[in-house]
Amino acid sequence: MSKIITPPPFLKTAAKAPAAFPSKAGAAKPAEVVKERSMLLQKEMLGDLFHSLTTAKETGRKVVYTFVPGNLSELILAFDMLPVYPEINALQWGMRKKSGQLIRDAEKYGYSEDVCTYVKCDVGMFLNGNIGPTGEKLPPPDLLLLSYTGCFTFLKWFESLQKLYPGVPTAMLHTPYAADGIVTDDMVKYMTRQLEEDVIPKMEQVSGKKFNPEKLAHHLDLAKESEDWIAKLFDLTKQVPSPIDAYFAGVYYIGPINAGFRGAESAVEYYHQLYDEVAARAALGKPPITPEGELEEEKFRLVVEGPPNWTHFREFWKLFYDMGVVVVASSYTKVGGYFDEGFRHEATKPLESLARYCMGCYTNYSLPERINMLEKFIVDYKADGFLINSIKSCNSFSAGQLLIMRELESRLGVPVSFIESDLVDPRYFSYANIKNRLDSFFQMMDQRKRVGGRQPFTRQAPEIASQRVGRASSPDTLLPILQAEGML
Amino acid sequence: MSNYYLGIDLGSTTSKAVIINQHDEIIGRGITNTRANYEVASEIARLEAVYNARFSLLKRMLHSELEANPELRRYVSDLEEAFQYLEFRMRADRLYRQLVTTTGEYLSIDNQPKILSALGRIFENAIPEIKEQYLHKNLGSKNQFFRDIFFEQYNHEVTKLESPALFEPLMTVFDKSITPVENEILPLDFAALVHEAMDILEEKYTGFAERQTSTGFAFDEELNLLAGNVRQVSETIKKHIDRIAAQKIDIANMVGTGYGRALLPFPKESIRSEILCHAFGAHISFPETRTVLDIGGQDTKAIQVDAQGFVTSFQMNDRCAAGCGRYLGYIADELGMTLSELGDTATKSEHETTICSTCTVFAGAELRELQNLGVPREDILGGLHKAIVSRAMSLMARSGGVRNEFTFTGGVARNPAVLKYLSQFVFENYGTDITMNVHPDSIFMGALGGAHFARLGVNIELPTAKKSSSVPMMPTMAEELV
Amino acid sequence: MQQTLEALISKCEHLAFDLQFTHAKNWKRDGSMDDRSPAAHRFLVGYLPIYIPREIIHAMGGLPVGIMGSGDRMQIIKGDAYYQSYICHLPRGVVELALSGALSEFDAFIFPSICDVVRNLSGMFQIFKADAFIKYLDLPQNFLSEVGGAYYRREMETVIEGIQAHLSLAPIPEDLWRERLNHSIRLYNENRALIERIVTLRQEFPWRLSAVDWYCILRSGITMPVEEHNNILYEVEGMLQEERGRPLDNIRVVISGAFCEQPPLGLIKTIELAGCYIVDDDFMLGSRWIEGNIEENTADPMAAIVEAYLQHSTFSASLYEAAPASGTKVERLAELVRRRKADGVVFAAASFCDPALLDRPELQNGLERAGLRTIGFQYSENTGQFKVIKEEVGAFSDSIKLWDAVPEAGGIGDAASSQLVQVWLPTVLDEIDIVA
Repeated sequence: MSKIITPPPFLKTAAKAPAAFPSKAGAAKPAEVVKERSMLLQKEMLGDLFHSLTTAKETGRKVVYTFVPGNLSELILAFDMLPVYPEINALQWGMRKKSGQLIRDAEKYGYSEDVCTYVKCDVGMFLNGNIGPTGEKLPPPDLLLLSYTGCFTFLKWFESLQKLYPGVPTAMLHTPYAADGIVTDDMVKYMTRQLEEDVIPKMEQVSGKKFNPEKLAHHLDLAKESEDWIAKLFDLTKQVPSPIDAYFAGVYYIGPINAGFRGAESAVEYYHQLYDEVAARAALGKPPITPEGELEEEKFRLVVEGPPNWTHFREFWKLFYDMGVVVVASSYTKVGGYFDEGFRHEATKPLESLARYCMGCYTNYSLPERINMLEKFIVDYKADGFLINSIKSCNSFSAGQLLIMRELESRLGVPVSFIESDLVDPRYFSYANIKNRLDSFFQMMDQRKRVGGRQPFTRQAPEIASQRVGRASSPDTLLPILQAEGML
Repeated sequence: MSNYYLGIDLGSTTSKAVIINQHDEIIGRGITNTRANYEVASEIARLEAVYNARFSLLKRMLHSELEANPELRRYVSDLEEAFQYLEFRMRADRLYRQLVTTTGEYLSIDNQPKILSALGRIFENAIPEIKEQYLHKNLGSKNQFFRDIFFEQYNHEVTKLESPALFEPLMTVFDKSITPVENEILPLDFAALVHEAMDILEEKYTGFAERQTSTGFAFDEELNLLAGNVRQVSETIKKHIDRIAAQKIDIANMVGTGYGRALLPFPKESIRSEILCHAFGAHISFPETRTVLDIGGQDTKAIQVDAQGFVTSFQMNDRCAAGCGRYLGYIADELGMTLSELGDTATKSEHETTICSTCTVFAGAELRELQNLGVPREDILGGLHKAIVSRAMSLMARSGGVRNEFTFTGGVARNPAVLKYLSQFVFENYGTDITMNVHPDSIFMGALGGAHFARLGVNIELPTAKKSSSVPMMPTMAEELV
Repeated sequence: MQQTLEALISKCEHLAFDLQFTHAKNWKRDGSMDDRSPAAHRFLVGYLPIYIPREIIHAMGGLPVGIMGSGDRMQIIKGDAYYQSYICHLPRGVVELALSGALSEFDAFIFPSICDVVRNLSGMFQIFKADAFIKYLDLPQNFLSEVGGAYYRREMETVIEGIQAHLSLAPIPEDLWRERLNHSIRLYNENRALIERIVTLRQEFPWRLSAVDWYCILRSGITMPVEEHNNILYEVEGMLQEERGRPLDNIRVVISGAFCEQPPLGLIKTIELAGCYIVDDDFMLGSRWIEGNIEENTADPMAAIVEAYLQHSTFSASLYEAAPASGTKVERLAELVRRRKADGVVFAAASFCDPALLDRPELQNGLERAGLRTIGFQYSENTGQFKVIKEEVGAFSDSIKLWDAVPEAGGIGDAASSQLVQVWLPTVLDEIDIVA
């Protein structure tokens, strides 16, 4: 008996599949609703975090605003502080279809239509009383921890927050870009020095607690365990069929590790549990579960580059699973850390491993290295195609993606496609436009998949009065020919 | 019995239909402007293609006779024009009734008589004028749409009334009436209409003889021959016409494509992406094609195909529709020109202005600014067409460049200035070994590809398609075609 | 005399916008050693906006050449193939230059850390220009000598080592290197000092040299050896001592936000024609990045360059505002406005320029709180339409003139003026499909 699994509470969205896109009968088997244990765990973890945040004032716990890529969860845990991730607030607003108004408010305040909508959503939230997506007021920051990995906009974002929260100290952690595909000792040293000279002292000052290396080591050990499970989890999608969708469901799975739980006991339990559940599916050879139940058949396997759109997440996903398309690997699930190649946080090298973690997040990869990684994904995960969802807000991802696509196509001959949307700006999600491209892409993959197995079509030119125009050397001949044909 | 295959391309501005036979020959084409109601648009395009197919079949049937007798050839081609005129007139009658109704609904009682009498006068003058154009100036072969044909004349007649007070209400009732009339499928009896067309021809040629006498001189051998023996000619082929009119055109399979394909009343199995259809149409027309550029009303597509006509990669313009047909339409409106004047004027440019903004929102302002600076219109338009082509070039570069034979399809392929710059750019950037193809039927490429997919039918299915034993059909298709 | 200045300007304009970089290529081909040249092997190092320490390239015997995009002077086809419509124009032109062969004789390219677009462009160049040395120069955002400073020094050393390895150049002995680098520092100090003096002169007598002409003179400097540019600047400085032209009833503005993708000349001209003297700006910001001199004749000139960066960088959206002693960006911009006796600030940012556009609301609000008047719009390097900008800037200029003429009617709270100063232009100038 298959199950309908409700979206994990972490990203639980108010949005239902809209009436305009009725679910396709037969896509999923009739099912009963059963919550996997991992989901209950996730719900509990996030519930606890939000509760702690709302009661931070009373409990006196200090609040750190920080970012997902290159986050210093273990250090935050070691200081017993509470993290707030503005990107996660923004994406949750997006999933609740309420980001549009916040963005417009920020634009009224002076932000250009051109710039990152995560920032605008966050500024809009501030302008509207800093009510979080759960409907509860978020505590103001005690510390702005600007661990700026892989995205310049983070820097600008926190400069804005500095103005909105005057007097709140900022700890800046500049993560050098791995432009040459390597992390040098100099880069590591630059980062550990910043941790020692700026970040840790500021955390001590704000938390009123002395830095405790043993506590950090403890959380780093736990982080390593979670990372082991995550790496194993995302390895399971190499199976055919894949037991999960590594992108649309993957973003739920990376929730806890990206929302401050990496290094926490609860995350180890969650990822262990999750791995067991997915491994069980894999052992049975089951295809992924979608919001409408278990997929009937995995028809195409895709590797996807770029973040998803949040404002139309469900409609977007449905475009894939309706066609039996499963994403087996994605770069987006590596923005909060890349653990497939063996990197782990290490208690024996605390600051160094924090530094190496930051420098190893996907958005800190150079373009050639991103191409190499995606190439490996396509091959290792036995993908039938490669898709880029190019996000208007996110130049860190988007600038250069067309070259990534060209390179992968020419290296592997893999069918590729390119669509555009935005993170949380609903104005930049054109359903018809995206559906049109995806349909064409899936049909193209279908054609190409079949060519191998059947006699290729051979077509003769039929009798239509055809003409060839201009044999190159003299383009001027074009006009006379057209005129002669009565076309002008 | 012959089997036929239908492809329908429901574009954002025009809907096209193509019918092929089992020998892959095109026997019918139909085109109409896409209205709010996609179902009607595709049905009208389909019906047009069916009528056109009957005339094609007639020509095929009479093949050797037509070769031998120029006057017979002329007769058959004129017959189709007359037929199209009658179709036009049916819709015009319908429009007249609608205008009267609208006048009753929207205008004050005091105004109504004046408007009604003006409408009467307008129709009295406009219809014969349009008939003249069909019968003597090949209006039917120009692929113009009812709204455009009629409005041009309507506007002319309204202006002629020289009554400023009437202008506004006449335009209002027209605007309110035209859309429902366009959105209606008129019941049409092919046999009856074609007989009526024959009567019209008889009248035409008889009249021609008289007219020639009165004007003194006009030399047209075929017409002279016809004028002499029109009755004989029509007698000769009447039985053939009756046979064709009665013949069933069985659509064995069909495929719908285009921008609005999701809205087509077809089963899912019969819907194919326009990317695949345009590429296949281009491949059918020019089998050596490896790169296809399609510039349609709403989007631009650069497609790479393999030797079988299968798409290996494609790129579409991003969210911005600049550089597509709609954009050209916008520019034409902005300058008060027709689309065909736009391209023609641009080809005259020798010093194209650099146009930076191919943005629909800003191009208007840039154009006016350049005009104010005294830049010649042809140079502005030349620059604008060049900018459009450079965008298309970027899209092709994105999709993998231009290889081997390059085929240009879509409505914009009829624009001579786009052709001029495109060939320039392609040869400059990809070498002079590239062959560039433009088909006179370039606007029908998507529908043609669809028709061919329909013929291959069962061989290709969508990822979700269940194998279907019966051939999918559009509901109306099952009924016998008139 | 006037004739000479015009000839000089026209020469500079030609050099500044020569997208084939003929002058630099000729310099490389000439190759004959002068007395300071370290080797017969001359080389060209292309760099993107905004700032790189050009001194080290110069001391190595190379020519740093600024690549500021293709402006409105090149048809972009290949470049557009790699960029979505929502990315600024600059990298399109740079890719077009790279793929059309205009950069063929360049030996190395440096991409300083400005934003994600330029950062990723460095990776694209690793693919497009595999035969050149490509360096993403990650300028530190930490301003402690022993932390950011140490890192920056290593970054510069990797530039030097990378170029040496790529061109098989022998390392320069330490003594000689110190001497050369000190010499280069002196030359660039001279260059920056001359620029500063001319800007000050222009501030006092803006009618003597138009902003467009000055822009061309300044920009030409990134295409030629600094020695040559210093000579030009000396000439210009001399000529500006004498009265030329006549003053107009213009307001005086500072332009802010145009530090990376450069505005087309037509835009600068438009602002002047609309009644504004541009008395300072952040065009070509890299040439003026270090404020004041880098310490000369030190035993460790590399350290001098590092310290100058850490302590004397100008303010910019691409640089983290660490609230240094010299003040916040708003304070520094306000101070610049006062120093240049400007009447207001024109925020001109390239479309889709994240750094500039994300800075703008706070800068604009901050300045207005400080009682300074501002106006803002967006452009792209190939904008060809200036009418709207002209009207808006004209209205801005008129409002300031009017406001100043009737001081008692004025005041920041004045409804009419505050309405005018808050005028915002359409935020999109190019290729954006506005979604309903």
